[in-house]
Amino acid sequence: MALLQIAEPGQAQAPHQHKLAAGIDLGTTNSLVASVRSGNAETLPDAAGRHLLPSVVRYKADGIDVGHVARAEEAADPLNTISSAKRLIGRGVQDIKTLGSRLPYRFIQEHTTVPRIQTVAGDISPIEVSAEVLKVLSDRAEETLGGDLSGVVITVPAYFDEAQRQATKDAAKLAGLHVFRLLNEPTAAAVAYGLDKRAEGIHAIYDLGGGTFDISILRLNKGVFEVMATGGDSALGGDDFDRVVAEWIMQQAAIGDDADHGLQKRLMRAACDAKEALSDADEANVVINLDDGSCWEQALNRETFNQLIDPLIKKTQMACRRALRDAGLTPEEVSEVVMVGGSTRVPRVREKVGELFGSEPLVNIDPDRVVAVGAAIQADILAGNKPDDEMLLLDVIPLSLGIETMGGLSEKLISRNTTIPVARAQEFTTFKDGQTAIAIHVVQGERELVSDCRSLARFELRGIPPMVAGAARIRVTLEVDADGLLNVSAKEMSSGVQASIGVKPSYGLTDNEIETMLRDSIAHASKDKLARSLREQQVEAARTIEALEAALLDDGDRLLNADERSTVESALEELRRLAQSDDLKIIRQGIEELERVCGFYVERRMNQSVQQAMSGHNVEEFE
Amino acid sequence: MRDGCPTVAVFFDMLDFSKNYFELFGLPVSYIVDANALSDRYRDLQRIVHPDRFANATDQERRLSVQGAALINEALETLKDPIARGSYLLTLHGVEMDAQNESTQDMGFLMQQMELREQLEEVRRQDDPYEAVLDISNRVNKQITSLVGQMAVQFETPTDDQLAAAREILRKMRFLQKLRSEAEMVAAELEDELS
Repeated sequence: MALLQIAEPGQAQAPHQHKLAAGIDLGTTNSLVASVRSGNAETLPDAAGRHLLPSVVRYKADGIDVGHVARAEEAADPLNTISSAKRLIGRGVQDIKTLGSRLPYRFIQEHTTVPRIQTVAGDISPIEVSAEVLKVLSDRAEETLGGDLSGVVITVPAYFDEAQRQATKDAAKLAGLHVFRLLNEPTAAAVAYGLDKRAEGIHAIYDLGGGTFDISILRLNKGVFEVMATGGDSALGGDDFDRVVAEWIMQQAAIGDDADHGLQKRLMRAACDAKEALSDADEANVVINLDDGSCWEQALNRETFNQLIDPLIKKTQMACRRALRDAGLTPEEVSEVVMVGGSTRVPRVREKVGELFGSEPLVNIDPDRVVAVGAAIQADILAGNKPDDEMLLLDVIPLSLGIETMGGLSEKLISRNTTIPVARAQEFTTFKDGQTAIAIHVVQGERELVSDCRSLARFELRGIPPMVAGAARIRVTLEVDADGLLNVSAKEMSSGVQASIGVKPSYGLTDNEIETMLRDSIAHASKDKLARSLREQQVEAARTIEALEAALLDDGDRLLNADERSTVESALEELRRLAQSDDLKIIRQGIEELERVCGFYVERRMNQSVQQAMSGHNVEEFE
Repeated sequence: MRDGCPTVAVFFDMLDFSKNYFELFGLPVSYIVDANALSDRYRDLQRIVHPDRFANATDQERRLSVQGAALINEALETLKDPIARGSYLLTLHGVEMDAQNESTQDMGFLMQQMELREQLEEVRRQDDPYEAVLDISNRVNKQITSLVGQMAVQFETPTDDQLAAAREILRKMRFLQKLRSEAEMVAAELEDELS
C-alpha cells in the first residue's frame, strides 16, 4: 500500500503525509464533527455557520432530510421524523415495547430482531437513522478539509453496553466510515482539556445534558488515561430543571394539572427561558398567556430557582459519590473537574459541583462542543499524524459480564470497571451423565440472578463426548476489545470441541434499565447474596441427588452389593429430606455427608469410565 | 505478520505465553512487588501493544493486539492484588488452590472472624453505624496488611513447609477479603441512606 501512495497533482508530497481524520460526537439531541487543522482541534460548521446538527432524520417519499430541516418538520410529520435514534440504537423488540409507548413511531417487529420503524420511505432501523446523521457530518468534514477521511473516532456514553456500541459501529459502517475507535464521551472531554498533557492526576467529568447525567472518574498517569469508575442517572437533565420551574409557575399562577397540551408547551418554554436568563441575571421575568386570554406575570429570582433545582443537583452529587466510592477515592483526591453538557451552564450546578469536589470546575471550552473536540484530537493521533504522541486511552467496561449457571445464577467473569481489552475464561462442567451439549448464556448486569440481568447472547456447544456428569471441562472465554465489543468462545478441554460467536445482539439495555439495575444491585446485594447461597446449595443438592439416582440406575446393580446399595440409598434419602430445608448450612452438611458415604462408589464408577474410554467404548454402548 | 515492522516483532516477543507475569513485566519472581516499576512497565507495554497502536493495521494484527493487551491487563490485575498475586505465585511453585472449597482450620482466626462478622451484622444498632462499619473495615484491612507481611517471608526461599504456610495465609486472606467486601457493601448502603 505504502508504495502506491499517490500525491494529488500539484501537491508537494510531505514526508509525513497528513491523513484526514475527524471526531464525531453522535448525540441524542445534537451531533457535531470536529477535526485538527493546523494543530488546532475545532468543530466544523455547516455552510450556514451552524456547528450543531440536530440528530433528526425525516424520511420522505422522495428522499430524506437530516438536521435543522428535519427538526423543523418534526411536529408536522412526527411518524416519519426520527429524533431519538440514540435512545433506540442497540435495543431489542422488548426494549422498544417499553420505550415505544412514549414515542410516536410505528414499530415493526416481525421477521427480524432489529426493531424497525415504518416510514413513507420504507422500514427503517435506528442504525440506519444514525448512519444518515454520520453521513452528513462526514460529508461536511470531507468538504471542509478537502479530501477523504482516513478514519473517524465516534464518541459513546461510558455506560453504553456492548449491544449499543456494536450498533453504533454498525451505523458507521453503513455510512461508509472507517472507525478508528469508539471513545467514551468523558474520556474525550478530558482529552479536549489537554488533561493528558499533565503529568498525573485524577479527574472527574461531570456531564449534565438535556435528559441524561453521567459522571466518570478518570486517572491520568504519564499519558495513560484509565477510566476508574462511571455512573450516572439516565433520566436526569436540564429538562428536569425546566419541569420543576414549570411546576412552580403552575403553582404560583394556580394552573391545574389538567392544563392542555398547548399551555403545557408554553409553560415548558417559559421555564426554559427563565432558566437560561438566570444564568446571567439575578432575576427573570416569567410571562404566560393563559387560556382565558389573560396574561400572568411574575419574577423568579435566582434564590428560588436554586431551591427548586437543588434536589435535582443533589441526585447528581449522590451519583458522583457513588462513582468515587467505586473508584476507592475521596472527593479531595480529584484534581480537576471538567464540565460537559449544556446544563452545566447553570451557575448553581457549577457552584454545587465545585463544593463537592473542593475545586473550581473547568468550563472554558464550550460544554456542547468539548466532546467532539476531544474525539478529533484522538482521531488525529490514531490516524498516525502524531507518531511521537504517547497518549494512550484505556477504558473500562461499564457493566459486569457473566455466564448463566445452574439455578439461573449469573457467574460474573468480568466485573464492571475492569480495564479493556480483557479476556477471562472459566471452566464449567456437565450436569448429567452422557450430556453432549451445553447451552451458554452470556448476560450483562450487576445482579445475582440471570433474570435480573440483560441477556447478551446464547449459543450451544455441541459434540461433547459423553462422559460421567462433571467429568467434561468446558472452558468459556469472554473477550472484550478496546471498543467494548464482546466475543465469546467455548471449548471442551479433553476433546477439543470448540464453538465461538462474535456477539452481535440486536438488543441492549435501556438507559433506565442500566440505572435501575445498578441501583437495585446495591440495594439488594446482601439479600441477593443470601438467596444466592441458599439457591446454590439447593441446586447442588438436587444435582447430587439426580446424579446419584442416575448412577444407581445405570450401574448400581453391577458395582454395589446389597449392603453397599442400602447404605447409599439411605444416605440419598437423608439428603432428599435435608434439601427441603431453607437453612443452607444444613443442606451443605447433608451434601458433604452423602459425598463422604458414597466416595467409594464414585471411585468405582470413575475407574469403570476410564476403562471404558481406554477400550474405545462409550457409555451408551453399555446401556 | 509483516517483515520489517518492529512493533509487531516486539509484540510477538511479548505475547510469548510461556513467560510468566513477572517475566512479562521484567520483574523478579517475588511476593514483594515494586508498585511503581509495575505501573511504569504496564504503561510501556500497553503503549506497544494496545489496539489503538494498530488503528490502521490488518485484522490479524488487530486481533493479536487485543489478545496482547488483554494479557497485559490480566497480568497487572494479578500482580497488583496481594491475594491474586499470592495465589499466582503458589501456582508458579506448583501448588493449585481450590478457591471454592478450601478454608482455614485455625480456630483462633475463625473465632475472631465470627466476632467481626457478628459486629457487622449488628452495625445498624450502633449509635453511629457508619463509623462502626469504617472501624470494622479498618480492622480487616490491618489484618490483611499483616498477612501480606507474613506472606512475603514465605516466598523468600520457599520450602514445601513455607508454601503450605503461604497457602494457609491465602485461605485467611480470602476470608478477610470477603468480609471486607461485605463491610463495603454495608457502608455503601449507609452512605446512600445518609445522603
